[in-house]
This record gives sequence, structure tokens and C-alpha cells, in this order.
Amino acid sequence: MRRDPIVYDEKSQRMADEMVKAEAKLIARRDLEGQDCDCKDGMFPSRVATNRRAFLLAAGSAAGIAAGAMASGDAAAQQALPGAVHYDVPPDPTKVQGRPIGADGGYGTRSQFETEVRERFPTANAYTSWSFTPLQKMLGNVTASGLHYERDHNGIPTIDPGRHRLAVHGMVETPKIFTMADIKRFPSVTRRHFIECAGNGLTEWKKPTLKTVQGTHGLLSTSEWVGVPFATIAREVGLKDGATWVLAEGADAAVMTRSIPMDKMLTDAFLAYGQNGEAIRPEQGYPLRLMLPGYEGNLHIKWLRRLEVSDKPYMTREETSKYTDLLGNGIARQFTFIMDAKSVITFPSGNMKLPGAGFYNITGLAWSGRGRVQSVDVSVDAGKTWYPARIEVVAEPMCTVRFSFPWMWDGKPAVLQSRCMDETGYIQPTLQQLIAIRGDNGPFGSIYHLNAIQSWAVAVDGSVTNVHA
Amino acid sequence: MSTRDLIAGTAALCLAAACALPAHAQVQTHYGFGTAAAPADLAKYFAIAPDGSGLPPGSGTAAEGAKVYAENCSACHGSQLQGNPAKGIGGDKLIGGRGTLASANPVKTVESYWPYSTTLFDYVKRAMPFSSPGSLTDDQVYSVVAYVLSQAHIIKPAETMNARTLPRVKMPNRNGFIPDPRPELALYR
Ligand code: HEC
Repeated sequence: MRRDPIVYDEKSQRMADEMVKAEAKLIARRDLEGQDCDCKDGMFPSRVATNRRAFLLAAGSAAGIAAGAMASGDAAAQQALPGAVHYDVPPDPTKVQGRPIGADGGYGTRSQFETEVRERFPTANAYTSWSFTPLQKMLGNVTASGLHYERDHNGIPTIDPGRHRLAVHGMVETPKIFTMADIKRFPSVTRRHFIECAGNGLTEWKKPTLKTVQGTHGLLSTSEWVGVPFATIAREVGLKDGATWVLAEGADAAVMTRSIPMDKMLTDAFLAYGQNGEAIRPEQGYPLRLMLPGYEGNLHIKWLRRLEVSDKPYMTREETSKYTDLLGNGIARQFTFIMDAKSVITFPSGNMKLPGAGFYNITGLAWSGRGRVQSVDVSVDAGKTWYPARIEVVAEPMCTVRFSFPWMWDGKPAVLQSRCMDETGYIQPTLQQLIAIRGDNGPFGSIYHLNAIQSWAVAVDGSVTNVHA
Repeated sequence: MSTRDLIAGTAALCLAAACALPAHAQVQTHYGFGTAAAPADLAKYFAIAPDGSGLPPGSGTAAEGAKVYAENCSACHGSQLQGNPAKGIGGDKLIGGRGTLASANPVKTVESYWPYSTTLFDYVKRAMPFSSPGSLTDDQVYSVVAYVLSQAHIIKPAETMNARTLPRVKMPNRNGFIPDPRPELALYR
């Protein structure tokens, strides 16, 4: 079916343009760091190891200081990237003593040679913005906590856990206030779940806009979360008959609020204080975050301070003005909570360059908000033929899986795609299918919930680009 | 019988009878953690529903709201409520866009898109002005809400907004929303 092309409104166009610029800067920086070909890193470690310039620059600053700076002892070049500490590199680490144990103060940092960072989407205001996980560099299934994507509506609050309180009230028998110590005394659950922003991929409806998988899919991350089921807290306060919704509220400057159906709250919602073995990160809601497995990221209220049990949704700004999906007919879908099944190939992906024909281990992530991933298929011919991928982990409900697919590239043009099927039998659709259903007043209409199959074109010279196929 | 034998014997008996050692807690479903909240503990919280529940006492008019707006909002949302996309600001356009939702270039504003007037009160009271959220009095919020609604030609300039009148304001896009129909059945053809 032929459709008119999607038109961006002014604001979306501006944001997309700005993002393209920001991504170009990031790519230029990576190129300067000698990582013009992401595929070489890791795949061909010897080449990277002998790339002296890359090493020197990786040890230098993010600004990409000239190669000579380190040798001349330029202080600016000694700055390490975020999350790392700079140390001089001895010619032979077996001939000098290393650092004494404990010199890091007891909390480790990543290697100074690891350069990946989250990238902020250049909204006009840095207090209401989002930053993308560098999926092209993530290993395995869990996202490093410091690289977990974030979306904040008025900055990241600083909260003293000793003073933080959770109020649970409304249609309950005994309204209660809980301290963090109270919350941690309850029996806990430990569960791995992805969180995905409903706006993940919003630049990609109309045409392939961003170059890298960080830009197209980076509002997705996975952590192991520890917390208390809402059901446990519900029994402490006693739910009253007729209670059908719960309003969750954050303690940030946006005082973020969302209404959540009681059914979900009593199915698998939990109040998380742990993330990947330690306290939840400030950007992720320290000290307490609502986990709603498989639901839009926005509903996972961070800095959770209040749960008001009710018999109606409150129609807050984030569930009316935002996070609603305007269809082609001018009507909007509301309370579109679930993130549908989706997958993406993270290697090879946009802006990488394959060094030549031969074997490649295609790898990526697949997930579904409706349950476990059942299977993942990979195509190297733009979806004409599909082959089953290997699932590298045990599939868990509402959690990503890492998949891989052995590919012998013949050096001819190829279009790589992946397709997820979840345990309900839902199959990840194509972009054309989604647009046929939702209409095409696109980006400022149905900007959210783009879960279409992603295509990466591999050209004869090995370069990989984001395409709509 | 030695003491050791006695302990071993008791342990075996316990195992056989599946009796719990006193140091273990029995399985519980209620724990009693947390403290009962007094009304005063909850006084600072609010959430305003479409039926107006949660609206505080007080009132305001567009005339007063124009002043509140000029002082507290205009820099970021524009003197004509047209929005301000400048770097470091990025305040949304608040009015206009009626009739555009089904077009190729939909413009979503309070006027064209928001289904409930109560949302505007709730949101401004909790999250605006962006740089000093929660700093307005309830009268100021009623006033600035009246101003925005009147600039949007949703209420008349002289109408007073309070806990009784605000929930009765009918927003132009009140019927513009449907519940989530997913999974989309067309994907199963
Ligand atoms: C410092 C700049 C600033 C000031 C001052 C400010 N705002 Fe805002 N306003 C914003 C930003 C930025 C957003 C978007 C917030 C977000 O992304 O969540 C916003 C969002 C809004 C929205 C939601 C718009 C929508 O379509 O969802 C309303 C309504 C609003 N502001 C009203 C006001 C009112 C009324 C005042 C004055 C009392 C005010 N603002 C003062 C910056 C500002």
C-alpha cells in the first residue's frame, strides 16, 4: 500500500536535526580516537593493540587531543574519560610495580581505555532530556549501570536516603509512611528486566535519521533489580474494595506522576532499591524506583515517594499531553503501557565498517513487554529469507536476550535484519505494517512505540548504514 | 545420655516432626513495618483528578493570571504563549493547533490536545515554573490556568476558576482519546 511520506512538524524536525549534528560530533570524536571501525575492536584485538595512536588518544581526553600531546606530557591529555582515572602507561607492565591495593579508595573505575558514554539527545533544555546507551559496545545482556539510558523531566535530584519517605495512602485501611530502612526489611525479589523509553526510535519513523544503533535504539537498557513487591506493601496498608488504579509520584523537580492499573501493580510491580549488585543509581531513581516490567520507561517512576490508591486514573500530563499515540485520524491512543516485542542487531550496526568478506558473528538484543522472548530470526537479504538465531542466555520474562548468528559474508551488498517473536506468539512487525495501522501523521503524531524491524545495509566496501528496507 | 547425644536426638526429633527452631521466623504475610500516616503527614501531597477531587480552595481570573504569566511563564513559553525553542529554554507552545490533529502536521497544545482542564492545574502546581517548581500559591495557579484557558478561547475572559468551575470546563479534545487497542489485530493476518 502506497502512503504519503510522513512529515515532521517544526519541533520534531529541529530535534532530529540537532540529534543528527550531535551524533556526527560523537562519530567524529570516535574516529579521532582511532575507532573508525568499531568492528575491529574486539573482533581483531591484535590490530587495535598495535594501533598506538588509538591507545594514546584513548588515554587522552574526549576532545581528541593531538597524538603528540601525551608524549609531551601535556596535562590536558592526562584527563581520563568519564568513569575512568588516568594512569601513565608503562612500556612494560611486568617491569614496574602496579598500583597499591586500596589506592582507588575502595571503589573501582573502568579502564581508561574504555571510551563509551551515553549521549544526550539535544533537546533545548538539558534538564528535560534523555541520554542513549551505547548499545554497539554493550557486552552480554545486562547494561553497565553507568551506561543505563535515562530520561529526566527536570534534572536528577539529590536525595538523602535517610530522609526519604514513601507514603502509601488513598483507598487503603491504614495509610502508612515507610522509611528506606522499613522497605529494606521486607522480603525482597531479584529480577532482571529491561526498561525501554516509549520514545525509543522516534527519529526513525519517516526516514533513517540517526546513523548508529545508539541513536536508533539506545533508549533500552537491562539491569538486575532488587526490591519489594507492591503486593507485600499492599497487605501492610490493606487495599479497600473498588481500588482499581494507583498513582505513583516521584520526588524530583517534575514531581513526576503516572496512574497505573491495580491489575499490573498486583501482578509483578515492585519497588526497587538495588541495581546490578549495588544501590540503584541516582539517574535511575535513587533511592527507590517503581518497576513495572515490560511497561513504558516513563511509568517506572524514579525517586518514588508516594503511591496513592484510587478508583480512577488521574489523567496526569504524562498520560495525556505526552505518552499518548496520535493516530492518522486525529484520535490518540491512551494508556499504551506495554512495550511490544522488538529486536535489533548491535553488531554489525550503523557506521561500522567490515574489513572484508568472511566470518562475522552477528549479535544483538531482543525483548518483549509481554513476556519471554521465544525466538529471534535473522535475515541477511532484507527479510526475504529468515534463519533462527542462537539465544545466548536463558530467556526471562520482560527481559532482553542476547542473540547471535554466524554469518559468512560473501562481500556482496547485504541488508541485515532481526525479528523477535515473544512467548505470546506476537511477531515484531515491519515499519510499513505499523504505519498502515497507525497512520502517517507520524513523528509528532504517533512518535512512541516504534518497534519495527531495523535494517542495516552492508555495502561492498563493508560500510554499514541505517536504511529502511 | 551425654549432652551431645541429647542435642543430636532433639534435632533428629525436630527434623522428623518438622518443628521450626525458635530462632527462625515463621512464614509471615504481614510485617508491621512502617508507621501509620497522620493526615498532617500527607498534607503536602496532592493529585487532581478530572472530577476535581484534590483541588484546593482558592480562585483566580484571567486578568490576574496575565500578571502571573508575564512574571513567571512568559520568558519560557512566550508572550503570546507561542513557546520558546531557544537553547536552554525549550518551553512548549501552550495554545493554538485546533483542527490540526488529523493533519500531516499536528500541533499538540493545551488547547488542541489536552482532554482535561484539571491536568493543567495539577501540572502547573507541581512542575511549573520549570526553574522554581511549586513556588506559586494556589490562587496564582488558578489565575494562570484561567489565563491560559482564556487565551485558548476555551473559557470567557471574565470567568473565575475555582474548585467548582474548573472541572466543568470542557476541553476541545475531550473525546480525542481511545484505550490501547493493542495487540494490533492486523499483525495477525
Ligand atoms: C524556565 C523555563 C520555564 C518557565 C519559567 C515555565 N515553564 Fe512551563 N515548561 C518549560 C519546559 C522546559 C517544559 C517541558 C517540560 C518537560 O519536558 O517535561 C514546560 C512545560 C509546560 C507545560 C506542559 C506543556 C505540554 O504541552 O505538555 C505547561 C502547561 C507549562 N509548562 C505551563 C507553564 C506555566 C503556566 C508557567 C508559569 C507559571 C511556566 N510553564 C513556566 C519551561 C518553563
